[in-house]
Amino acid sequence: MAKRIDVSGLSAYYGSTKAIEDISMAIEPRSVTAFIGPSGCGKSTFLRTLNRMHEVIPGARVEGKVLLDDENLYGTSVDPVAVRRSVGMVFQRPNPFPTMSIYDNVIAGLKLSGVRKKSVLDDKVEKSLQGANLWNEVKDRLNKPGAGLSGGQQQRLCIARAIAVEPQVLLMDEPCSALDPISTLAIEDLIGELKTQFTIVIVTHNMQQAARVSDRTAFFNLAGVGQPGKLIELDDTQRIFSNPSVQATEDYISGRFG
Amino acid sequence: MTSNTPAAPPGGERRRRDSRVGDKIFMNLSRGSGILLLVVMAAIAGFLTWRSGIALSKNEGNFFTTFEWTPDAPKPVFGIAVLVFGTIVSATIAMVIAVPVAIGIALFISHYAPRRIAQPFAYLVDLLAAVPSIIYGLWGALFLVPHLEGLTSWMDDYLGWTYIFDQSRATTPRNLFTVGILLAIMVLPIITAVSREIFRQVPRMHEEAALALGATRWEMIRTAVLPFGRPGIISASMLGLGRALGETIAVAIVLSSSSVLSLHVLDPGGGTFAQNIALKFSEAQPFGRDALMASGLVLFVITLLVNGAARLIVARRKEYSGANA
Repeated sequence: MAKRIDVSGLSAYYGSTKAIEDISMAIEPRSVTAFIGPSGCGKSTFLRTLNRMHEVIPGARVEGKVLLDDENLYGTSVDPVAVRRSVGMVFQRPNPFPTMSIYDNVIAGLKLSGVRKKSVLDDKVEKSLQGANLWNEVKDRLNKPGAGLSGGQQQRLCIARAIAVEPQVLLMDEPCSALDPISTLAIEDLIGELKTQFTIVIVTHNMQQAARVSDRTAFFNLAGVGQPGKLIELDDTQRIFSNPSVQATEDYISGRFG
Repeated sequence: MTSNTPAAPPGGERRRRDSRVGDKIFMNLSRGSGILLLVVMAAIAGFLTWRSGIALSKNEGNFFTTFEWTPDAPKPVFGIAVLVFGTIVSATIAMVIAVPVAIGIALFISHYAPRRIAQPFAYLVDLLAAVPSIIYGLWGALFLVPHLEGLTSWMDDYLGWTYIFDQSRATTPRNLFTVGILLAIMVLPIITAVSREIFRQVPRMHEEAALALGATRWEMIRTAVLPFGRPGIISASMLGLGRALGETIAVAIVLSSSSVLSLHVLDPGGGTFAQNIALKFSEAQPFGRDALMASGLVLFVITLLVNGAARLIVARRKEYSGANA
């Protein structure tokens, strides 16, 4: 579990529009890396290139390399489906499958990998829900619909679903933006626990959140509307928020623009 | 300016009152439409029941087990056994063929085909629904029947052991099986169109959830699209089934009708409610017409039962419908 990510020279396109340009960075295993930046700067797009979810949009394509330990995710013989099984993702809006129970939601990924044995599945459900700090709240109603939970619980259910398949990396695309402060706090605590097992990358619009949960922070920016987004700098979170080396970063985090 | 100000409130007042009148008119219009529907339904049911009562009280045979349909004979005997069997068998064959194919076409249009192919393709399927049933009937009789001869004799050879597909003697396939195939083609567009719209409404975020878990496209459809569309597929099938149960002219043209009730669906003969009414109505005496009404009432009840069953199936899984997501 928990692999290192090395990105080099990565650009992503929607049709003929270049969304991000020439991004290179290293993401350490068992740490939390936060992406911050103004809307439209491509941080979500970049996140989605890390598990090859970018290309499910018609016309979207990627150039460059993403190494997971030593394997290039964009190698010619690499199956995107296999990539997504080892790089899990949590979305902006909680999206448990509405047609499934809590139990079935957690095992959805395992079922795709062909796990059928009831005892294994039961065990996984308990472990994953405990891992997502949701077990105590739902253990008596595992067969109730997942969509019946509160927003924060649904998001933790999605995290449980993502970690049930034991991915190497967990990508989170603004996981708390649709949640209230208490649910947000629960997710942030959870991120702190999960980073002992997974490499975590989180996109957030909330700079306090980036400061609270992440070890390293990457700042993205774009030169103007219609211009591709670029990585401005990546450094230890503490340094980014106290003494960034690029002026634009300081302007952004101190609220002078963006 | 100041002289204009006092005039403003009455104007606003009037506009508000107007819109309330509009509200009232619209409410009464829509309520009236709803009531009208109930009245029409009740009128049909009442009329059918009344005329059926007249016919049934003078029937000399058992209405449910009699094969013959001779209400205008000196000793009126008529029964629906053949018709119930023929209607249910032909509609079942139609649904077994049409539903999977329709779901396949709908998925192709909504999830597989590139947009510039999907659009005209969807339009083509919609066009198919607009073809009048008499055209289907003629096509069925003149093209489908002769071309199915090979298939039916092949089925007789290799599937004859199932009893159902055993042919007593080789003849032109003007049988319930052919009717089933024809009905399948006729109900295909409506099931496809409705399912397609449902599949298009599956939220993108649920599809992405499945993909991000490492689902292939087919697995994504199985985990996110089909379960979400299930109530819609059932409703679509009910619409199709309604047409299959009630189809008249195409069945009348293709089927060589006779009062035969045979489990060999490849043998010619049999009948359906709608076809029987169409064939017998013009030459029937007043009493014969009442008898036909009685059979119509049964068809009406069957349709209601099937629809009720479908509603139950949908309602049973309501909390999983995705409506609260």
